Amino acid sequence: MIAYFTSYDFGLVLLKIIVIFAGVMNVVGLLSWVERKVMARVQMRPGPTRVGPFGLLQPLADLLKFVFKEEVIPLQANTFLYIAAPLVSLIPAFLSFAVVPFGPSFQVTDLSVGLLFIFAVTSLGIYGIVLGGWASNSKYPLMGAMRSSAQMISYELSLTLSVVGVVMIANTLSLRELVVSQESTWFGFIPRWYVFLQPLAFLIYVVSGVAETNRLPFDLAESEQELVAGWHTEYSSMKFLMFMMAEYANMIAVSSLATILFLGGWNGPMFGPPLLQMVLPILWFVLKVGCFIFFYILLRSTIPRFRYDQLMRFGWKVLLPLALANILVTSFVLAII
Amino acid sequence: MIQLLFFFFAAVAVGAAINVLAQKHVLYSALSLILMLTAMSVLFILLRADFLAMIQIIVYAGAIMVLFTFVIMLLNLPTEEEGSDPLRWLKFIGIPFVLFFLFLIVGTLWGVEPLRAPAELVGSPAAIGTSLFKDYLLPFEVTSLLILIALVGAVIFAKKDL
Repeated sequence: MIAYFTSYDFGLVLLKIIVIFAGVMNVVGLLSWVERKVMARVQMRPGPTRVGPFGLLQPLADLLKFVFKEEVIPLQANTFLYIAAPLVSLIPAFLSFAVVPFGPSFQVTDLSVGLLFIFAVTSLGIYGIVLGGWASNSKYPLMGAMRSSAQMISYELSLTLSVVGVVMIANTLSLRELVVSQESTWFGFIPRWYVFLQPLAFLIYVVSGVAETNRLPFDLAESEQELVAGWHTEYSSMKFLMFMMAEYANMIAVSSLATILFLGGWNGPMFGPPLLQMVLPILWFVLKVGCFIFFYILLRSTIPRFRYDQLMRFGWKVLLPLALANILVTSFVLAII
Repeated sequence: MIQLLFFFFAAVAVGAAINVLAQKHVLYSALSLILMLTAMSVLFILLRADFLAMIQIIVYAGAIMVLFTFVIMLLNLPTEEEGSDPLRWLKFIGIPFVLFFLFLIVGTLWGVEPLRAPAELVGSPAAIGTSLFKDYLLPFEVTSLLILIALVGAVIFAKKDL
């Protein structure tokens, strides 16, 4: 045991964990700036400009503000669960990056059931929202928490079922092997990405991914016009920051999974000297994930919110049957070939 | 290392299971049950049944228990029930029964040889798939039919006038 903890392998894994954790943390901070800037530009506003060049130091200023703000715990709240809830939503959000392959050799661990691991971990993230809403002991958070749990259960089903087609074609659940199976090309120029084989699954995945991360147009849990701020109405300072970080981390995780499953992961054109070739896969991966997140932010700034009954009807009566039909057709075609 | 992990998570599972019964508030019981299920899934991983462990978390901790907490919040049950407990005499019958069952379990387990965890992955998705859809196809289908019947029955109970 001691031999392992002092070995080279363990040091390497530790280094990867630190780099990935720090990277995701920084990207989460940066995303809050990207989101404000992109939304501002869509709505013909300048966005943050004062703090640093292009307002780039705005996340840092926000962080300082969050740290120095007063901690408010409502008198009627259930103190233990009130404090535990932000942690319960933050830890699973970051846990899913343990299996995400950022590059050919840049992955903490490659589980044989990596895909299921991500689904398992993200399904635990609901508890943060549910407990936060309940422990606040206030009507708007409770409403938000109940909406959120109902929404997440219904959309998680179509999210999980939409990737079954891809898993059937790739015949593996390991995220690394999923990416490797998309390496080659058709006719020399069309990349062998599953988005071309499973376009319907891709659409279902993207739509339910937006709903799963509680983002507009599916952010019924925190719709500010009806519920003040939904489940985090009573939260402030660091605890509010933790909820926000969990939301952004979840967004990155869902986008990463979409990249791995449908857009070929780290695969992309390779050129240049060997040193550049080591960095290029990670660059392609980050670029693809970035496109997804940009799309998310554009969605938020352009599309109005669904009504709650429309949301539930859409999940159960449109997305779920489509996902099931996709599985049926895919398995039929695979059985014939 | 594996033994240390086993004893730690086994202790967590047992402690959480006892806590499910000991808690007065239903929500705390439900949360302890989630902790117990998660610790159980770690035990599955130690037995090299990764697939089962993940399914345990997705289905039980992630879906069924969410519904449980959802219902508990909707009903907003009182923290403590008033009046004398109608089941207060049961504990006098319960304790001897528990002791008897403990005696039975210890007696059974005393002679059992410890089973080593298999070297290769027997709980892989492929292995479970073949055993479900090839070796035990009939029981599997019959079970799914039973669940469907239960589902239809529940809908009929819930909605008197369809």
